[in-house]
Order: sequence, then structure tokens, then C-alpha cells
Amino acid sequence: MSAPAATVAELARGLAEGRYSSVELTKSYLERIAAAQPGLNAFVTITGESALAAAAAADATRAAGRAGALTGVPIAHKDIFCTEGVLTTCGSKMLANFVSPYDATVVRQLRAAGTVMLGKLNMDEFAMGSSNETSYFGAVHNPWNTEMVPGGSSGGSAAAVAARISPAATATDTGGSIRQPAALCGVTGIKPTYGRVSRYGMIAFASSLDQAGLITVSAEDAALLLGPMSGFDPRDSTSVESPVPDYTRTLGDSLEGLTIGIVKEFFDKGLDGECEARIREALRVYEKLGATLREVSCPNLPLSVPTYYVVAPAECSSNLARFDGVRFGYRCESPKNLADLYMRSRGEGFGPEVKRRIMTGTYVLSAGYYDAYYLKAQRVRQLISADFARAFGEVDLLLGPTSPTPAFKIGAKSDDPITMYLNDIYTIGANLAGLPGISLPCGFVGGLPVGLQLIGPHFSEARMLNAAHRYQLETDWHLQVPAAFA
Amino acid sequence: MSLTRADIENIARLARLELTEAEIPVYVDSLSRIFAFVGELDDAPTEGIAPMAHPLPGLAQRLRADEVAEENRRDLYQQNAPKVEAGLYLVPKVIE
Repeated sequence: MSAPAATVAELARGLAEGRYSSVELTKSYLERIAAAQPGLNAFVTITGESALAAAAAADATRAAGRAGALTGVPIAHKDIFCTEGVLTTCGSKMLANFVSPYDATVVRQLRAAGTVMLGKLNMDEFAMGSSNETSYFGAVHNPWNTEMVPGGSSGGSAAAVAARISPAATATDTGGSIRQPAALCGVTGIKPTYGRVSRYGMIAFASSLDQAGLITVSAEDAALLLGPMSGFDPRDSTSVESPVPDYTRTLGDSLEGLTIGIVKEFFDKGLDGECEARIREALRVYEKLGATLREVSCPNLPLSVPTYYVVAPAECSSNLARFDGVRFGYRCESPKNLADLYMRSRGEGFGPEVKRRIMTGTYVLSAGYYDAYYLKAQRVRQLISADFARAFGEVDLLLGPTSPTPAFKIGAKSDDPITMYLNDIYTIGANLAGLPGISLPCGFVGGLPVGLQLIGPHFSEARMLNAAHRYQLETDWHLQVPAAFA
Repeated sequence: MSLTRADIENIARLARLELTEAEIPVYVDSLSRIFAFVGELDDAPTEGIAPMAHPLPGLAQRLRADEVAEENRRDLYQQNAPKVEAGLYLVPKVIE
């Protein structure tokens, strides 16, 4: 069985044709995980025993003739999704002992679709980071070069799929946390429209930006998994009541007549020249596929990073107020009084980047500063959204880089938060405007993967996946596997 | 913009975060740099622009009916609590 190169689509076919059982498949992935874990640190928790039980149940379902498209396919979940009876840490000391009493809707839906959970994936603490270095459980290493970061915050998800130790993984994206690690690890990462996927049981970071999505080998795999993962959930007040199309049905549609906008501001400055060359090559592929290219301008987009670093910390400071050492999570030793309990539990339980963002958010929301920072940022956010809306009046999709550079060395950017924050310069805009985005592998620079990003109008996932799939039929960047894991 | 040690101590107190002596200068430096960076927003032409209230145009936060929807699962939830007794969460004495 050729597990390393297999996509979810291929594995589903192999299971349907009886070439292997889910138990055999799951065992082979658990072996690959065990071998890779010391070098990559992609997992926080490996749920081998329950995975094999779920795989056996999937095999029984298949034997009874009740198998669905994904029955018996192993996947892994980012450790931000609550999983009943399983440790759910969010990459933090604060939740290092938290065993969730319930399942996130995403976890429940993907289980109902027949997938088998291999374990929980490492991530930046509370999803705050672009390198996976802020995890309490240690940095994740990039499978293409283990001295490099995998990107973040869904670094474990991206590294696991890149190393083919999980066929696919759930992930979350607040400012680029799916797309940027997908780009840095040479895999496909989709952030759906705000409200498309339920966030119930997904630990909150910045509620006006957070969205759940997927990291997969291919756009076809993303289409297979996104359907069962999406849909209205009464338990999430931001969940949108809009029908979920069959994303696989339109994957092969022609791109004749598609207009792709090239965002001028994405190529202005800061983009590595070699990365830009890979993106330009991808543009030629799209032209060959029949798409028309047109330059568009989003003049306010360069303000997206400073806007984000007001809005996201503000919301994080509010969301993370729930961690008080009383009801769950870390509590300090022998607190002197209630204030001491709060202050020390939070001071000792949160890592440096999380504390930095809580304080940034506390400051921008504090008396006298709210108008100057928070309201101002929400006004600029309106300008950025209007830029996108105007562009989508002229074009169907936007195309640009996912990240300004390929993966960088572990430790290289940890001293300066601004340098680190600028990694997300091309991804944050989609979050601010609630738009769907996808990152696709489009080549290599110095042996490290480069990603291109497509951004679409609200609820255009089907068109975006179609454009991504057609590109992947013409190229094989997404099928490259790091030599150490081939 | 430059923050002082007193600013950081005040923000940390508001955020209920105990900082170690070594952490304070680190945050004085990095938060000063973050607010200098965020200052780029000052010149943005936002006159007459309403602050964005929802990422999807025309949508507002959905409200649910005011009905009891959850069953009582206190004992299960309290398994994650640092300290409980007789179904109550224990904290240091508040009133002497």
C-alpha cells in the first residue's frame, strides 16, 4: 500500500475497492506518525487505541453495506477543536490538563461522515503565531527542512499532511493560520467564508475573524471534506443559514470565461523575488486554462496588518478573560486571595505571545483609547472590505502570493513581533472581509515550497476549489513529498 | 509611540496578568513597537465611514429563543475544575 503519496480521494477509493481495510490503513498511519513524531513534533496527542477502534467500526459499517464516501479515512484535528474525553490543549500550559467534556461540531460531523481520528495536532498557543514556535508543547518542524518553521498557527496540521503522516487535517484561520502554514509546507489549505463552518467547540481567539477549515494534499480532498464539515449549526451564533453545495460536483468545470484579478498591492514590496517568479509562472498556467487575467487595485489592503493587530488582540483579550483558574485549566499554587489567584494563574498559564496580545487588546479597549484604536481599525476594516467588493465587481477571483517568503529558520523572527506579524500580510485581508481563501503549492525556492493564494467573494468556495483543482490537474507541486518522508 | 514601565504595569493589572520583573522591559519594548506600527492607521481616510460591525454585509448576530436548551451536566464539567466541593467551585476567601 502506497500510503505516503495517497490523497484522501485515492484512499477512499482503495477502501471502497477493498484493497485494504481501515484498520490496516490506520495502523500504517500510526506507524508513520510514531516514526516522524520525534523529528517533527506535529502531534500533541496520538489517539492510537481509539483510532483503531473507530477504524474497526468503519470496516464493520462497510461490511454492512452502509459506507459513505469517507468511511474509514484517517484524519487528524488541530488541538483547538474540543474532542470528548481527549486532551484539548490549544497549545497552551493553561489547558495542558483539559479533557474536553464534549465534541466540537466539526469533530462530530467529520466523525459522522466516517473519518477516523488519529490524534490532535500541535499549534501556536491559542492560535497566536505564524511559526508554531509559541506552542507550550514545543515548536513543530517543517518536513522539507527540519531547521525551518512550518508556519502557523496550524503548523502541526500542515507538517502532518506534508509528511503524509495524516491524509488530511482540520485547521483554523484567524489571520492566515491555515493558508500560511499550507504554503510553507507545500500543501493545500482552505479557509472558508466566515460563518460557513461551525465554530462550536473551537476555542475562540478573535471571534469576528476565526474560521475553521482544512489542510489537505489536494483541492479535490478539500472539496471531499468541506461538504460534510460545513452547514448551519444552531449552537454557533455566527453560523450562516445557507445551503451547502456539493463541492466535488463542479471541480472539473472549465475555466474558460473566468476572470482572475491580480492584486497590484500584493506585488508592491516585501515579496521575495523568487517567490514572485513562481506566482507569475502559475499565472501562465491559468491563462493556458482559459482564464483572463486583469490587474486590480485594493489601495487600503496595505493597512490590513495594523488593522488586524488592533481588532484581533481586542477580541482575544475579551475571549481569554474566561481563563481565570476557577472553572477549568491551570491554577497557580497556594493563591493568597482571589486577585492573586487570577493574576498568577493567568501570568503563569499563558505564554509570552498570548500575554502580549492580551495586553495589546486590553490597552486598545481601555478608557480613552477605544475610539482612537478600536473604532478607527473597524472603520479601516470597512475600507478594506469595500476594496474587495469593488474588485469582485470586475473579477471572479483574486490571485496573489500566500506568504512573502518561503519558510524561515526556527528562532529567526522570534525577537521582533512586527517582523513575525508581517508574515500574514497577504492573508489577513480575507479574514478582515470574511472572504474565503485557499493556498496551493506552486513551486519551490531553495528546496522550500511556495504557495499561491486565491481569494473569492463570500460563499464562492465551489468556484475557488474548481479553479484550484484545474490548476492541480496541470501541475504536480501538490504531489511532491519531502524526501525524508517519501 | 512609547509606553512606560508604569503603562505596562497598569495594562497588566487591568488584564489580570502577573508579570515577572524580567518580562516588564520586554513588553515595554514590544508593545511600544506594536503601537508605533498600528499608528499607520492614523492617516487612513475614514471620515464618514461607519465601523464594521459584522464580516458579512447586511448580517447581524443571530439571537436564539430564550428557552432552556441544555441539560445540567455540572458534575461532568467540574471534572476539569482545579478545586470543587459539594458541586461548588472553590476560590480563596473573598469576605473575611
